[in-house]
Amino acid sequence: MIKIVKRDQPSKAIFFFTPVLAIFLTLIAGGIIFYILGFKPFEALKFFFIVPIADKYGFSELLLKATPLCLIAIGLSFCFKSNNWNIGAEGQLTFGAIVSGGVALLFYDQEGFYILPMVILAGAIGGMIYASIPAILKTYFNTNEILVSLMLVYVSKLILDYLVVGPWSNPEGFNFPETRQFSDSARLPLLFEGLRIHAGIFLALAAVVISWFVFYKTYLGFQMKVSGFSLKTAKYAGYKGKKMIILVFLISGACAGLAGVGEITGPIGQLHREVSPDYGFTAIIVAFLGRLHPVGIIFASLVVAITYLGAETAQIFMQIPKYTGQVFQGMILFFLLASDYLLFFKFKFIDTKK
Amino acid sequence: MIVDINFVGLIIASIMASAVPLILASCGELITERSGVLNLGVEGMMIIGAISGFALMTVTGSLIIAVFGAMLAGVLISTIFAFLTQTLITNHVATGLALTIFGIGISAMIGKNFVGIPGKEFPVLFEGLKDTIPLLSPILFGHSIVFYFAFALPFITSYFLKKTKIGLIVRAVGDSPESASNQGINVRFVRYACILYGGAMCGLAGAYLSMIYTPQWIENMTGGRGWIALALVVFSTWNPIKILIGAMIFGGLTIIQFHMQAIGVRIPVQFLTALPYIVTIIVLVVISRDSRKIRLSTPSSLGKSFHKDN
Repeated sequence: MIKIVKRDQPSKAIFFFTPVLAIFLTLIAGGIIFYILGFKPFEALKFFFIVPIADKYGFSELLLKATPLCLIAIGLSFCFKSNNWNIGAEGQLTFGAIVSGGVALLFYDQEGFYILPMVILAGAIGGMIYASIPAILKTYFNTNEILVSLMLVYVSKLILDYLVVGPWSNPEGFNFPETRQFSDSARLPLLFEGLRIHAGIFLALAAVVISWFVFYKTYLGFQMKVSGFSLKTAKYAGYKGKKMIILVFLISGACAGLAGVGEITGPIGQLHREVSPDYGFTAIIVAFLGRLHPVGIIFASLVVAITYLGAETAQIFMQIPKYTGQVFQGMILFFLLASDYLLFFKFKFIDTKK
Repeated sequence: MIVDINFVGLIIASIMASAVPLILASCGELITERSGVLNLGVEGMMIIGAISGFALMTVTGSLIIAVFGAMLAGVLISTIFAFLTQTLITNHVATGLALTIFGIGISAMIGKNFVGIPGKEFPVLFEGLKDTIPLLSPILFGHSIVFYFAFALPFITSYFLKKTKIGLIVRAVGDSPESASNQGINVRFVRYACILYGGAMCGLAGAYLSMIYTPQWIENMTGGRGWIALALVVFSTWNPIKILIGAMIFGGLTIIQFHMQAIGVRIPVQFLTALPYIVTIIVLVVISRDSRKIRLSTPSSLGKSFHKDN
């Protein structure tokens, strides 16, 4: 007979094993879904997960998509570790893109080394401003940060829409909903000739290193973890809870804003309606799949980035709808959460003959 | 200026019509939350209901099958949430988010073949009485059965929670799962039931959008209504009657957009579209400022997992 027993302590080995298990289960479930849709499961999975990254170009695209996911997820890990549910990173990304895009447009006809740093900084500030709204409302008005940060996503997309259709639209653009092209000085440099991967990846890597340092080497990181574990303990220890909340929101806002900068000054080169294919939401999954650990998040961002590419490839080659990517993302999170059960419980074989 | 009184009635009726999906989803979520479960997957369950209803209507041709099928789809998708949060004791917030992402993806996947297909006419009740009473006629008569059900639902929900034994059990489970469990109530079972009921109501809300209100299938057609419904539950301080008021305010904000544009008010359309979201934030701030009142009315165990060791 098998009995379910509670573990005395959550298992550390399983903590890092379950993300792998979750990915494996997602592949199986994905194969089943493909089968139901009338495709050959293995062929579909191959087009989804292997074909897109089989060549140099594909690998560059993978890194291109993983960059914003990693950056945002690192920021979110600060929030989630300290038990702050910022789910509006998509809005912070959009607002960061708006502010940095605004700065880039000011210099559209100029060249100069000083432009790019200003554009990047503006994006980070834009993201921080936008993230400060749910943070301040949470700390001083007791307002639910989940709903506020989410509502602001819709608002930011409408602001962007208003700007690219109206005041910021390209005067020579035949009324297309887009701004002028940024000058080359406002663009992040490409790393390789002919590939789209750009210097934004260094922003993501820097975020990984800094967050690792803060989490594991500083008192501040320790305070964040304690606050996430138990607010009462944090209060008892005399930590400044309100400042902490605002700080983690600002960090994650800055990261999301930088991801927005990376998109518009990297592959896009201007502002238009769609600056992000929901990177801000997908990064939530990346953060969890990476176990809120900087290194874990790198791996998770690569895995989840494949779902974006795979969805595109599968659509082109097999006419599989591109939303399959989102279905996979949702399933990964389901399976991850489900397999967390193994963290706290174990199956025990009991000899019933005795 | 002469204002046609029936025109006023028509505006009120259109506000009510746009409030219907909010009322349905909020009342469903309210029961779920009253049992102590925070299901953030409302948006996902609604969109699943919307595509299921529309697809079933197109394929089977039967409106009854479509409406009940949409509710069943809501139940099925919420079963995933229930199994994860109640049986596997996962975090409510993360699971709800996964449900929304999954729901939007899978609805678009199913809905691919239904884009651009015209909807069917949904029968309305009391159409013959439409011209009888000035002002009131357009408000009272000539609506679908779902419309009438939605406006009865807050009162039914209120009665259920306050006056029935099962309602009392739901509240007990939400406020103190430990003592409810000690009284011999199966907490997990009650929560499962409340989650599935919430799923059914969200499914119905979605079906109303795609089959009656719009009526056609558009990707992502819920457009954040699920999140506004969640905010409405907080706004109502978990009191179903207040959901009615909140939903009317938000319905009004949606309708006002069209009329402002028609009158020729020079406000960017994006600002008007953003209004419901901005007002939601403002309302949340005003309601939540009084932290003591919120604490008193929030189900005590909301969002906390309950696990009975046995």
